[in-house]
Amino acid sequence: MNENIIELDNVTKIFSLGVLGKNKIVAVDRVSLTIRSGEILSILGESGSGKTTIARMILRLIKPTSGTIKFNGVDIWKMKKWRDIKNYYMKVQGVFQDPYSSFNPRRKILDLLLDTVYNAFPELKKDKRKALEYINETLEKVGLDINTLRGKYPHQVSGGQLQRAAIARALLSNPVFIIADEPVSMVDASTRIDILNIFIDLKEKYGTSSVIIGHDYSLAYYVSDRIVVLYRGQIVEEGDPEVLEDPLHPYTKMLKESVPSIDRRWEKRLEYRIGEIDVTKRRKGCIFADRCPFKMPICEEKEPPLFKVGKGKVRCWLYGPK
Amino acid sequence: MTTILKLENYKVYYETPNGYVRAVDGVNLEVEKGEILGLIGESGCGKSTLVMSLVLPKPPMKIMGGRALLGKIDLTKLSWDERRKILLTKLSIIPQYALDALPVIKKIGAFLSDLAKDKNIPEDQVIEKFIERIKLVGLPTNVIDMYPLELSGGMRQRVIIALSTIFSPDLLIADEPTSALDVSTQRQVLELLRNLRDTGIVKSIIFVTHDIASVRQIADRIAVMYAGKIVEISSVEEIIKNPLHPYTQGLIRAVPVLGINYKKKRLSGLPGQPPNLLNPPSGCRFYPRCKYATPKCIKEEPPSVNINSRIVSCWLYVKEVPKK
Repeated sequence: MNENIIELDNVTKIFSLGVLGKNKIVAVDRVSLTIRSGEILSILGESGSGKTTIARMILRLIKPTSGTIKFNGVDIWKMKKWRDIKNYYMKVQGVFQDPYSSFNPRRKILDLLLDTVYNAFPELKKDKRKALEYINETLEKVGLDINTLRGKYPHQVSGGQLQRAAIARALLSNPVFIIADEPVSMVDASTRIDILNIFIDLKEKYGTSSVIIGHDYSLAYYVSDRIVVLYRGQIVEEGDPEVLEDPLHPYTKMLKESVPSIDRRWEKRLEYRIGEIDVTKRRKGCIFADRCPFKMPICEEKEPPLFKVGKGKVRCWLYGPK
Repeated sequence: MTTILKLENYKVYYETPNGYVRAVDGVNLEVEKGEILGLIGESGCGKSTLVMSLVLPKPPMKIMGGRALLGKIDLTKLSWDERRKILLTKLSIIPQYALDALPVIKKIGAFLSDLAKDKNIPEDQVIEKFIERIKLVGLPTNVIDMYPLELSGGMRQRVIIALSTIFSPDLLIADEPTSALDVSTQRQVLELLRNLRDTGIVKSIIFVTHDIASVRQIADRIAVMYAGKIVEISSVEEIIKNPLHPYTQGLIRAVPVLGINYKKKRLSGLPGQPPNLLNPPSGCRFYPRCKYATPKCIKEEPPSVNINSRIVSCWLYVKEVPKK
């Protein structure tokens, strides 16, 4: 169960801004990442970290500026046949932050789900009963049933229910891999865990891998088999969930200290400079150096590579060779 | 202790073609001077309606009864002109969508001169006050010459905080002030709110949120709202350690603590959906989702009982009076 489904190799995405495209934003900076079969990988990052851009590149919605993304060993941008591309779009599915904007508000939820089924399996067009049966089976996987949704428009169900329906829709084309971009940030705190449990169930029962993108430290710890921490487009730390319990990179440490946790109150003051980041400018050396309390002369000059420390990896000179 | 705000059997309904939606239905609540009160609950429980109705009750929102005393002023009986006088000076709000609350095409300075005209205060005084606040929230003073569009989310949020506290209101209401912010900025904003209270710029704060973990950081007491009613009020420490109401227990259990991975322990959220307030259930409104529900809960609404200065509305805590 350890084969790689998706491989990102040195992927960079640069966006151009302004009339002549003079300002460049490096949204994703030389990211290499593998997603293994049957694992849940969390990508943890704040706004501007490039996490959504990574999701959109994996979903083949935008093309990387450089680097390759492979699906089962095949470069997804070198696929020529429409059949292969369609197969990719079916096997790799996305779930997004706001369920209300991922469903057409003027149509009933079940009709939208039927569309998806007919699209994926045209042979079912002749047999609506069978199609509905298939939808009901899929809805059961996410803890819903067809009767809750029957006759309803998207605005008539709660955010949590609609997000479940969105996950079900992603499952209809029988994907091997789901990428969920902030799937719980707009869902009530009381139902977040249940939504995440769906991804765990899918993994345990059907071996479906997923990437869950988010900014909530405790939720990422809960749901993942492996975690990647992203800062301004670069992977700064990577490893088992335990990485988050005792993080090494100063940025991950800062995240951990900023997260409100229900079991304790913040005590000491944050020693990190929290500034507004100017995304159009990139400094020489380590990208976190401006905000880092442990900055050394080398950090200003040279960009640290990802060092192997214990079971994880960390991009910080503090852990470099002495 | 002085009470800043006192709600007595306060009711706010929405008028719809199908009848009244009973969003706030008989709330009793006190906010003491110098405290930060956290108001928590799921979406649709009426918490935003409760605070918005204090600041700006407008149709289809309708105050249906009870009193809301801010000091000696009954907020339910104010005319529009009287209300305008107390807004910002006695009562102020950081609205839920604060990021969109500023007019996009107006410089912040222009907004300040409008404010000065409205309040009949010389403009330079307002600007002076604003600069004082802007320094407090840690922004450069040149934001006065900027358009809201030029500011990031965290900066805009801090501008709103500076504006809403400019005349040192007695009561500041913060309605989900951090939900759109990054974690590191979120901590900054929360500590800023606490600082405003500690320095006496505002006397008390009501902090509305569905995120118990962040309310835990700064609140003194927590009031839990469910389906238009307050079901439990208690100090932060006690409510986290030992929640009494089954709803509060479920809410707290649904929030993961750092260090729990699914392989070690499967957590579960709160099952079920909040009721439709057009037609709320009889008796205790939580009974359809409550695992302790008894026939009594379906028939009769539980009274609020006081247990060691904690308040809870649940039949589990009502001692049966023996029949004579």
